[in-house]
Amino acid sequence: METGAVLQRRRPPRLQIKGVCKRFGGVHALRGVDLEADMGEVHALLGENGAGKSTLMKIVAGAHAPDEGELWIDGAPFAPSSPREARDRGVAMIYQELNLCPHLSVLENVTLGRERARFGVKRLGAARSRLNQVLGDLDVKSFSGDSMVSELGPGDRQLVEIARALCFDAKIIVFDEPTSSLSAPDVERLFRVTRRLVESGVTVLWISHFLDEVKAIGNRFTVLRDGETVGRGDVPETSTEEMVTTMAGRSVEEAYPRSPRSLGDVVLSVRGLAGSRSPREASFELRSGEILGVFGLVGAGRTEMLRSLYGLDPISAGDLQLRGLPIRRPRPRHWVSLGVGLLSEDRANEGVALDLSIADNVTLSSVRRLASRLGTVARRAREQATEPWRERLSLRAGSTRQPVRDLSGGNQQKVAIARLLECGADTLLLDEPTRGIDVGARVEVYRLLDRLAAEGKAILMVSSHLPELLGTCDRIAVMHRGVLGAARPCEDWTEDAALAAATGGTH
Amino acid sequence: MALEDQPDPGPSAVAARQVMDLVGPFLGLIVVVGLFGAVAPEGFLSVFNAKTIATQTVIVGLAAIGATFIIRSGGIDLSVGSTVALASVVTALAMKAGLGELPSALLGVLAGAAVGAINGGLVTILRLPPFIVTLGTLGAARGAAKWLADEQKVDAPSGWLKQFMSKNPDISGLPEVVRENLPSWLILAPGVWLMGLSALCAAFLLRRTIFGAWTTAIGSNEPTARLCGVPVERTKFAIYVLASAMAGLAGVLQFGRLTVGDPTTAMGKELDVIAAVVIGGASLSGGTGTILGAMIGAFLMATLANGCNLSGVPNFVQEILVGAIIVGAVTLDGLRSRREGS
Repeated sequence: METGAVLQRRRPPRLQIKGVCKRFGGVHALRGVDLEADMGEVHALLGENGAGKSTLMKIVAGAHAPDEGELWIDGAPFAPSSPREARDRGVAMIYQELNLCPHLSVLENVTLGRERARFGVKRLGAARSRLNQVLGDLDVKSFSGDSMVSELGPGDRQLVEIARALCFDAKIIVFDEPTSSLSAPDVERLFRVTRRLVESGVTVLWISHFLDEVKAIGNRFTVLRDGETVGRGDVPETSTEEMVTTMAGRSVEEAYPRSPRSLGDVVLSVRGLAGSRSPREASFELRSGEILGVFGLVGAGRTEMLRSLYGLDPISAGDLQLRGLPIRRPRPRHWVSLGVGLLSEDRANEGVALDLSIADNVTLSSVRRLASRLGTVARRAREQATEPWRERLSLRAGSTRQPVRDLSGGNQQKVAIARLLECGADTLLLDEPTRGIDVGARVEVYRLLDRLAAEGKAILMVSSHLPELLGTCDRIAVMHRGVLGAARPCEDWTEDAALAAATGGTH
Repeated sequence: MALEDQPDPGPSAVAARQVMDLVGPFLGLIVVVGLFGAVAPEGFLSVFNAKTIATQTVIVGLAAIGATFIIRSGGIDLSVGSTVALASVVTALAMKAGLGELPSALLGVLAGAAVGAINGGLVTILRLPPFIVTLGTLGAARGAAKWLADEQKVDAPSGWLKQFMSKNPDISGLPEVVRENLPSWLILAPGVWLMGLSALCAAFLLRRTIFGAWTTAIGSNEPTARLCGVPVERTKFAIYVLASAMAGLAGVLQFGRLTVGDPTTAMGKELDVIAAVVIGGASLSGGTGTILGAMIGAFLMATLANGCNLSGVPNFVQEILVGAIIVGAVTLDGLRSRREGS
């Protein structure tokens, strides 16, 4: 027995990562990551958005090369130069945006790029029996090799990717937020499949910020914070609270500044808003000097609510009033002139114009005011108008002439918010304002929102990150299947209650 | 934890959509035939006229076979009409030089393939958008055709090439048993048979070969195809060469039809070709489009032209109609994918 134990201890870990660093330009994405995952284990990788999880996984998948540090698979050095090479070494990535061709069948997707052929004619017999075997092992009955991927739901598509990984004899399967687009039964099935994978000796790296999920499926965990490994341990022996503390590295109060706010009059009143498909029913009142949070899961209709409210999508019903003034046909131009600004969740396409300078971006909506009588706009005027915002929003940029593309995500978002403020907006509709922004910059966005609310602006903030809503908002309403629930004061909500409301009580 | 709040489309909705995709082009054809059957003079609904339309389908049909591959891969080819003209001029010059029918036809197809090689090369090596590249070759190939032809029609002996587009082909070469038992409606222009054969081969290529799977994969999700190890650039290059070679073949037959090499022929035919493919159910965003659909689409376009001619509808009305049909078909496709995407 003893020799067996010794032998086992001697076997190198399936995946070993040591001292990995990665820089992008001046930004340290990773500064010293260590990780060890064994064969037949679900290893959870924890960390807040921007902690470096995605960068680390891209290195494992061969999409990026590390600046420093080393990786080993089963004791052999592993330095893939391409995703293809990583895959050939047995590493399979299952990304949030699934990598499938919707117009091909499951079998064609699984074999894509590795088809066997005679004179160019596909020979799928062997691949088909392998796929059937894999699907049988995974106990998948909802689709077959001949099903078209376009007809499969998100849960099934994910299983297609897992099946593809297994058909390639993957040793390490990386799941990046695997449950973020799945329904509850699909999540259960994914858990079952994952357990089968692990039993067969596959190593699963599970990236998620849902800790109850990690508790349910994980064996061990590694925590990243600001690009560093800051903790590791056995999942069953660690409480969720301990994991949160390690991930955040600070208490929640510090991260969410809150100055005294005085609630004013109702600014925006929405009753029975319905779009062509979504939302189905949304009613709320937004007062000046408050931040109203809207929580909901992907696809619940939050973005659609903002878009139809703002006149970007057609509305089929609803009473809109701004300071008592009824708005019959909402149009973006009209809202802007009334001082209501919308910040899209899609920053790169709808938030800022990446190739334009900071000054051009900030004055984009207010350019008419800066124009001369002939319609010309002097660059000086735009830069002068922008200058005050640089300080007010603590924008980190050398010059207002710098293109927005060169800024970090957090500073880009500040530019987008500055544009709304510069054109005189006092009511802000913000859709996922902290998406894709690193931790430090997020706190700055929270601070900015807090200050704006304290100044008497009315802010509606949509987010799928519950802690930030609980931390920054005065009231929170939860959206579920296109219906917006009643807004209740923050103190009345717990994370569990909000999640239950967002999932229709199935949580 | 249900993080997706949307129901999947039911299986019945999926099945209904598939049936519509298949039946749609046929319905369009029936509508057009029915419309002209009511409006056009009697001659329209006759076997003889059906054969005429079939012959008139050949040029657009052959090019549409190639264009199906391009559109399925998410690309577009605007240079088709000019390629047809260039190939017809090259074939005529070769015939004039006394090279004989087969070598001349081969040269015509090669001239087409050369345009395709330029298209494919620019798209894959310089990574230019196909719309711009083929807009460029639309002009350049037409210019090359005029240059080679010295800006006039090239008179040349057409030999048996003219038989290809003849509605009453010389069948004396066939064995006597076949000749006597052949029903008259089967005596089609050889070009129609050539188109049918090409369509069968292309359908096989698209459905059963790796090349077909890669074509679809590139149109469906190019980054994924690359990640999976599909040689995206090489495949695209081959698609453009194949498509332009088909247009070159169409040019050879165009020479057979006109019996001269005309550098100004097939002007604007790319619109008919794209319309045929899109009517056949292809989406301009890639991933879809069948050979059968493109053939129906091409037949519909020819029927439309034929019906307009017989009913005395002026040419410019036809041109407006073709434009409207393209916009209409793409709008339908947009509505369809919006419904699917939501």
